[in-house]
Amino acid sequence: MNRRVLRRWVSNFMVGLMVVAVIIAVLPLLFILLNLVIKGAGSLSLGFFTRVPVPAGETGGGVANAIVGTLLIVGAASLIGVPLGVAAGIYCAEYPGSRLATVTRFVADVMNGTPSIVVGVFAWTLIVARQKHFSGLAGSCALAMLMIPMVMRTTEELIKLVPNSLREAALALGYARWRTSLGIVLRTALPGIVTGSLLSVARVAGETAPLLLTALGSQYFSLNLNQPMAALPLTVFQYAIGPYEEWHRFAWAAALVLILVVLTLSVLARLATRRRFTFND
Amino acid sequence: MTEPTSLLATERLTAMYGKFTAVKDVSLQFAPNTVNALIGPSGCGKSTYLRTLNRMHELSPGGWITGRVLLDGEDIYGPRVSPMQLRRKVGMVFQKPTPFPTMSIHDNVAAGLRVNGKLHRGELAEVVEQSLRRAALWDEVKDRLKTSAVALSGGQQQRLCIARTIAPRPEVILMDEPTASLDPGGTQHIEELVFELKKEFTIVIVTHNMQQAARVSDTTTFFYMGNMVETGPTRQIFTTPKEERTEAYITGRFG
Repeated sequence: MNRRVLRRWVSNFMVGLMVVAVIIAVLPLLFILLNLVIKGAGSLSLGFFTRVPVPAGETGGGVANAIVGTLLIVGAASLIGVPLGVAAGIYCAEYPGSRLATVTRFVADVMNGTPSIVVGVFAWTLIVARQKHFSGLAGSCALAMLMIPMVMRTTEELIKLVPNSLREAALALGYARWRTSLGIVLRTALPGIVTGSLLSVARVAGETAPLLLTALGSQYFSLNLNQPMAALPLTVFQYAIGPYEEWHRFAWAAALVLILVVLTLSVLARLATRRRFTFND
Repeated sequence: MTEPTSLLATERLTAMYGKFTAVKDVSLQFAPNTVNALIGPSGCGKSTYLRTLNRMHELSPGGWITGRVLLDGEDIYGPRVSPMQLRRKVGMVFQKPTPFPTMSIHDNVAAGLRVNGKLHRGELAEVVEQSLRRAALWDEVKDRLKTSAVALSGGQQQRLCIARTIAPRPEVILMDEPTASLDPGGTQHIEELVFELKKEFTIVIVTHNMQQAARVSDTTTFFYMGNMVETGPTRQIFTTPKEERTEAYITGRFG
């Protein structure tokens, strides 16, 4: 066998291995989605989205309280987490050598690897134990704590991608430092930061452990963030460990809705990055 | 013709990066409405020298200076001078075109005007048009002022940056190898432009291209290893240089 034939054989074999690896990686994902649709779609109805849960033994009811709860808790978490994360990211990117930036970056990296239940316990100690009651807002705080390091590091990395020549051009026009950072550098990095923030929102939307210790969950419809509040991951958890067949079907359906919410956020994030700039660098 | 007085001058200017001396003890004068070329091999300090003239050097890590830089007789490193206001009087064009990618062509030209305070919309449009005309770009972009600046070619982008620099009406324009990243056509455009712009502005231009220095400048200064070796009228530097190193460099024997 001459070398050319051998080379082609080895090449085809390697490509084959990679195709198999891709299939192995994607299959579980497709299986999960398919399973959710099969087991969950049957229980989806208009009532599922508009009604609140009914007591065990009765049929019907829905998870409207959990959908609204998730939107409120995650919304409040984003209002706290995104601005703080973006601001910290800008600081670390604009003053990279400062001691504060180095410490902040290190803490953020540690936080990124912290199990979310630890954050939940922390929020419980700090807020729930002091206030002596569970609340949606405590859940938002816990989720915000998870978001801040993610948003911060993404922001920092994206700002560092902006060529220094743009910063110099703005300064040479007589721009002040803050104006250069916000008006030119941040604005150039903005589409990426929006994507990063949306992805972090999508990630915390599915968090269960921190919410168990903070928002607790509720059977009632509530818009009051100062009270215990339902959320989709909690609903999935509570129904899934319950003894009734009806509850299990509800858990599947709620999980499907949760996946759809996260999927929507991810698609939005993709759309936000479509507008890309090219640099002369 | 009256004796030209110096608009911009440096007196015993030394520029440092931490403990490293990049420019040593340079005294030069630039007359109004002249083009002044700074030449020399890479690393000779000519770009650093240029960046001391609008206080961009101090933004580099460890950058500081001794000596004086006088603009209209006033020390620009004086305690009451704001670097931001100074940079509106001493504009700068860089080696690579640097249009702001988030802004339209119009907004790019207006970028330096906005920081100078409010202008009425009509006034703004007028200044933008004038600046683009002076930068010889108006006819090419007048129908797409609202489109993104990054869609322009490299040469057009560089002329856009020149329009952006002259829009706030500075007194001096510093150019740091403005044609280094352009093709011959784009280079010729910029050179013709430099010749036109000196009617209104004083220009200091760093270049690696000997022919360019000979074509566009009134005075030429040769830098070598952080020292100012020789300065004089361009014709004299290129025909009868006093220093042997100058002659060696401009005839291409080193650098």
